[in-house]
Amino acid sequence: MTDAVISSGHDDETAAEAAERALDEKTFGFWIYLMSDAIIFALLFATFVVMSHNPAAGSASHTLFRLPDTFAKTILLLASSTTLGCSTAATATGQRWRTLAWLGATFLFGLGFVTMEISEFYGMAVAGAGPWRSGFLSAFFTLVGTHAIHVSIGLVWIVLSGCEVTSRGLNPFVVSRLYRLGLFWHFLVIVWIGIFSFVYLPEIL
Amino acid sequence: MAAPPRLSKMPTSPQRRKSTIKGYLVGAVLALVLTAIPFGFVATRTLRPKQIFVAISIAAIIQVVVHLRYFLRLDLKPSSQNKSISLCFAAVVLFILFGGTLWIMFNLNYRK
Repeated sequence: MTDAVISSGHDDETAAEAAERALDEKTFGFWIYLMSDAIIFALLFATFVVMSHNPAAGSASHTLFRLPDTFAKTILLLASSTTLGCSTAATATGQRWRTLAWLGATFLFGLGFVTMEISEFYGMAVAGAGPWRSGFLSAFFTLVGTHAIHVSIGLVWIVLSGCEVTSRGLNPFVVSRLYRLGLFWHFLVIVWIGIFSFVYLPEIL
Repeated sequence: MAAPPRLSKMPTSPQRRKSTIKGYLVGAVLALVLTAIPFGFVATRTLRPKQIFVAISIAAIIQVVVHLRYFLRLDLKPSSQNKSISLCFAAVVLFILFGGTLWIMFNLNYRK
């Protein structure tokens, strides 16, 4: 890095390089946050697995979860990850409005997911299977609820990013923030893989 | 934030340069297949529950790798070395916490 700065001998170059390095460092810092978030989710998973044997004679779990709903939520998140990827690709080629359109599609898929989550939680609570019912349900609501809160924060972030792209265009700082939004969102979809594989499917089985 | 006004070019770090749409579509197709397999097994119940659980676990692990590769754009090149190292560290911590918790909690009956 030092060599490159000396050999370039061009003020513009060094300023650009320094700015780029600062953005890369921010991205790496955000990556480390994601890793620590993964550890939080791992502990919630471990808690769930331990507590899943304690239904306290409440509703049996295979009557609580419905396979088509879980599948629909999974497809919504997969679609949102793909559209956000298309948005990132449009950003890389500097297409501002295409970036915005794909961001909008991602927002709609994410909103659909959160809506399905809320209606599922509400339906369970009304049916007397709220988090107060048993250890199993407390752990379930904590794990899946934490994920749903993360996705909701991601939705707010998408809206803010959309506003920024509209008002400021695709300058390097906005592009860097969009990249971190992508990391956050794709990470949440990975957590959902764990949730449908180890929470929903084994309980429906 | 110190925003240098002369910064005119787009950032060209490797992750951004090769963000082509094709990679994301390949990832989406693979992810869709790896999602359909476990849901298909659970819906049709062609195997015994224990075998289905093993199939779900294998599909989940492969799908996580697919997402890391095609959506998070993680590869083995030097440019993402720091990310890979921190991911490996997180994986070790995760394994110890998750595995250790289950190991302890499911062996409590051995205590006298």
